[in-house]
Amino acid sequence: MATNTTTQSQTAKAPFPPFQGETFPSQLFWLVICFVALYVLLSRVALPRLSHAIENRQSRIAGDLETASRLRNESEAAQASYEKALADARAKAQALASESQAKAAAEAEAQRKQLEDGLKAKLEAAEKQIASTKSAAMSNVRGIAVDTAGLIVERLTGKTPAKQSVERAVDAALH
Amino acid sequence: MAADPIAQFQIKKIVTLGHIGPYEIALTNSAVFMIAAVVVIVGGILAATRGQTLIPGRFQSIAEITYEFVAGTVRSTAGNEGMKFFPLVFSLFTFILVLNMFGMIPGFFTVMSHIAITGALAALVILTVIIYGLYKNGFKFFKLFWPSGVPLFVMPLIVVIEILSFLSRPLSLSVRLFANMLAGHITLKVFASFIGLLATALGVAGWAVGILPFGMLIALTALELLVAFLQAYVFTILTCLYLNDAIHPGH
Repeated sequence: MATNTTTQSQTAKAPFPPFQGETFPSQLFWLVICFVALYVLLSRVALPRLSHAIENRQSRIAGDLETASRLRNESEAAQASYEKALADARAKAQALASESQAKAAAEAEAQRKQLEDGLKAKLEAAEKQIASTKSAAMSNVRGIAVDTAGLIVERLTGKTPAKQSVERAVDAALH
Repeated sequence: MAADPIAQFQIKKIVTLGHIGPYEIALTNSAVFMIAAVVVIVGGILAATRGQTLIPGRFQSIAEITYEFVAGTVRSTAGNEGMKFFPLVFSLFTFILVLNMFGMIPGFFTVMSHIAITGALAALVILTVIIYGLYKNGFKFFKLFWPSGVPLFVMPLIVVIEILSFLSRPLSLSVRLFANMLAGHITLKVFASFIGLLATALGVAGWAVGILPFGMLIALTALELLVAFLQAYVFTILTCLYLNDAIHPGH
């Protein structure tokens, strides 16, 4: 403010400062020099450096994000494969267990059947023996009965009956 | 103390350097601040990017935020093609912003309060638009004055309006910036001189009453800081819009 008072007497007479034509050449001269210098320095030196710094950071951030997502994918894949291995192992174990169970059951069944067959055969043989023994015994009984009946008739009547008629009578009685 | 509110805009010669034809070329207070602005902008960015770090420091952050801000403005208004004008737009924005902010420091000269400077910058923008528009689009550049989808019978009127609006662009661009800075600084000066006037006229009571214009001065200073930024931004975004016309004429 203090410096302004010295020029006040001049400005009172002079026109409004922004319209003082005699100052225009100097103003424009310096504007051209300064603005051209500013433009050249900014476009050639300063702005490329600035954009370089910004791009560096952006590419670094993008790279970091990419690495992070890649690592995440890898860990997810690892977990998936681990889970798959676990499921496989479980399925395998289950299959093995059921297989051995089926095998054991089949073996037991076979053994049982074999045993059953053996017993059945023995039973049949025994039954056959019983039947043959029975028929043999029955034929012995007929002979004894015919002889006995002939002797009884002879003792009672004193006559020897015909063997044929005795046999017929015994058969009729036995059956 | 009761300084003339206009005196702050006086261009003062420091050294006369010589003459180009009849015109005197001198190093002036205005020139000193323009040189200082160039040094501050370029030096600031170079200092900010010297030790480029992944996590930016305070100054690198400021430089990068300004860069992203201007780049975002250019991209959103003029598209990716407009990015070839990014150095020009960035230069305009930082030049006007830094000079306006210098103006907010008491005792500093406000370069943008001179119509010669704002007019030259506006002329630079408009000439860039016209030259690039003609170079890139040839005769199609004049489709700018021939909007599509307008009924033919109103076309003459529309064309006249479009041409007038195009011609008024350099005027509005330069006068808006110049007048805003000028008016703001005159207002500041007037309110500041009220304090001095009251103090000399009323003595101790004047100092007490002087609190009122002082409070007003503080509020106005805050407003002027906003205006200083806003006018730089308005100049920048209008530049981008006009460049967009040069890149994509015919709306």
